[in-house]
Amino acid sequence: MKAYFGRRYMLSASHRLHTPVLTAEANRAAYGKCNNEHGHGHNYFVEVLVGGAVDAETGMVVDLVALDDKVRTQVLDRFDHANLNLDPLFLDRVPTTENFCKTIFDLLHDALPAGELEHVRVEETENNFFECSARG
Amino acid sequence: MIFLTRRATFSASHYYWNESWPAEKNERVFGRCANRNGHGHNYMLEVTMAGEPDPVTGFVVDLKWLKGVMEREVLSAYDHKHLNLDVPEFKQVIPTTENIAIAAWKRLEPVVTAAEGARLSRIRVYETPEIFAEYRGEA
Repeated sequence: MKAYFGRRYMLSASHRLHTPVLTAEANRAAYGKCNNEHGHGHNYFVEVLVGGAVDAETGMVVDLVALDDKVRTQVLDRFDHANLNLDPLFLDRVPTTENFCKTIFDLLHDALPAGELEHVRVEETENNFFECSARG
Repeated sequence: MIFLTRRATFSASHYYWNESWPAEKNERVFGRCANRNGHGHNYMLEVTMAGEPDPVTGFVVDLKWLKGVMEREVLSAYDHKHLNLDVPEFKQVIPTTENIAIAAWKRLEPVVTAAEGARLSRIRVYETPEIFAEYRGEA
């Protein structure tokens, strides 16, 4: 029987929404206060949902400790207390939370067993969040 | 299609133990959750129904009715209970969060599908604010 297991993690990071493709004025118009030259930061909540058959012996879909370990090494160690703009993955992409969510999804998708990752949700503040799903 | 979700909380104790395994394996696989004296959580149950709003009432389902169904079918059986010892479906099945989501589905699905026009879409059970499981009725 297929079920899903979800876990929430928090990471704190800074970013600045700015693209060299646009003029300074157009950047300010597009990104508003998120374009502040010296950046700003958030406590991001990352919700990771994985799916699979419920193991008949353990009653579990995945090993929580193994999942935590993958998320820590792939995501938390990399982005917690970091400046997202300086990460190589954002050198030519704006670290909007849309792009951040897709980046986390791709990192975990490659690290977890095939077919396991169902979705990633990244909450930038308590009022906005973004989701990236295996279902496209 | 509109998805409507109702939340409710219940408090219960449980432990993880597979009777067919030796104690050492239970302790290795389940860690602190294998403590036979049990431990407890404030669980949050989320029930999501899918359907189209009724043309007269504008409701997918009546939330008050859904609240009553959740209380009658799930909370009355699980709240302030020891899941392993007090709840029939967990005599043989370990009450992991995954299995609680599946068991809540089995309790609710036959009742809520009787409600015209809406179907049960998803059950989500939070064991803590950071750990949850979902069941969507898949085989």
